[in-house]
Amino acid sequence: MDKIQLGEFIKSLASDLEIKEGKQYLEVTVPPSMLYQLARQLREKEEAQFDFLFCLSGVDYGSDLGVVYHLRSTIYDHVVVLKTRTSDREHPQLDSVADIWLTANFHEREVFDLLGIKFKNHPDLRRLFLDNSWGFPLRKDYVDDINIVYK
Amino acid sequence: MEEKEIITTPDEEQEYVINMGPQHPSTHGVLRLLVSLKGEKVKSIQPHVGYIHSGIEKMCESITYPQIIHLTDRMDYISAHINNEAVCLNVEKALEIDIPDRIKVIRTIMSELTRLQSHQLWWACFGMDLGGLTCFFYGLRDREKILDIFEETCGGRMIVSYNCPGGLMYDIHPNFQKRVKDFIKYFRKILPEYDQLLTGNVIFHERSRGIGKLTKEDAISFGVTGPTGRASGFSCDVRKHEPYSAYDRVQFKEILHTEGDTFARYIARIDEMWESMNIIEQLIDNIPEGPFAVKMKPVIKLPEGEYYQRVETARGELGVYIISDGNKNPYRVKFRSPNFSNLSVLNHIASGFKIADLVAIGGSLDLIIPDIDR
Repeated sequence: MDKIQLGEFIKSLASDLEIKEGKQYLEVTVPPSMLYQLARQLREKEEAQFDFLFCLSGVDYGSDLGVVYHLRSTIYDHVVVLKTRTSDREHPQLDSVADIWLTANFHEREVFDLLGIKFKNHPDLRRLFLDNSWGFPLRKDYVDDINIVYK
Repeated sequence: MEEKEIITTPDEEQEYVINMGPQHPSTHGVLRLLVSLKGEKVKSIQPHVGYIHSGIEKMCESITYPQIIHLTDRMDYISAHINNEAVCLNVEKALEIDIPDRIKVIRTIMSELTRLQSHQLWWACFGMDLGGLTCFFYGLRDREKILDIFEETCGGRMIVSYNCPGGLMYDIHPNFQKRVKDFIKYFRKILPEYDQLLTGNVIFHERSRGIGKLTKEDAISFGVTGPTGRASGFSCDVRKHEPYSAYDRVQFKEILHTEGDTFARYIARIDEMWESMNIIEQLIDNIPEGPFAVKMKPVIKLPEGEYYQRVETARGELGVYIISDGNKNPYRVKFRSPNFSNLSVLNHIASGFKIADLVAIGGSLDLIIPDIDR
């Protein structure tokens, strides 16, 4: 399937999707409530088979916090970028996809560590690099008094 | 004082937890593995990372694109050149710059030399992990020759920083081609010696065959790439699937094995060394004439948007994800490092084996810790 067909196919899986043909990959923005369901369908549907989560990144968009999933199918070699955002900066919470792609376990722990996004139903959500006394360094409002990181 | 109840458990249920690392020769860096043992058998492993977390992704947000390249050297310092290339390719793709062939070819040769010296170092350390100290001397002796070539052309030996957006820092040294050809001639004779020393060794076979099996499905699900993934039959060579630089004009095989055990991972890397030499030989006499760098603007600003570039480092797929807001600093940079995903599989494949096998399995994953911690 090429980008357009893939976009049409993903559109048929769920409502409220915002599909954009990016410069490089197809980008799909999904509301947090639909994320888990769509991810599972993308993994399991015969036509999609996105079995390789090759990148999972947390992003601070300023007002929102978001997570970006780069998915690839090793069978069809097509790629889709899933994006989701939450506007709750105090207690951001998203569904974990760690039971769909096992690699998400570590990647979600990293996102939790550096951005403070909690993942529901994650098997082992602990901080990965830093200890509990730290804030969340990758947030844009993070203040580092010691190393004076400025922009 | 309140008296505490003493809980006794039968012997067979008793669990013994030991710390392997952060200072342990076989973890190759500052990695702590919390290993639960039952007798001599490994029940589970919890990796504790972050001892050398340096916040590279955060630092990238406050520096410019040419500066980022020097930070990527420090992630996977054994394949530093390929990390540099990933950032450069991403920046060039974002700015839609055509790169002259000369640069592409030189980058490819350097990448393959980097892969060769990385696998040599891995072979040296892997042999040492399993008790064969001679391997260490053999491996480092030959690696030194590649580092000398790097030093002559790039100035640096390990942390080369030879790439810059738009090309290379400086042209290759006049001796470069001759020395590389001499090295390939030399190493083609030496590599069978590696086989004699370790590959055919009975003790080595006993310790590696059938140890730490990883199936193809698990390799894909855990995102295990590089020689480790390909030893399980997961076709994940970015050089084949999304060719960059000059990989589309050379003939080479993607090394695939199906066993998925420690021995298959070993053989996959030995085979890759042969393939790397093939690639270098195809290119070294055909370096086109031309400039070694494209003239760039003094301040590089990427257009607003998101850019992703994958490259194949010596350990697997490195992804560079840049979100730009149009400024000279990136808004967010994410490095998808191969070792991070490869480490996550350790608990899965090493559980149930003996603790001495854990050393062999860990060695066969070829972990570089700064790349995990970043």
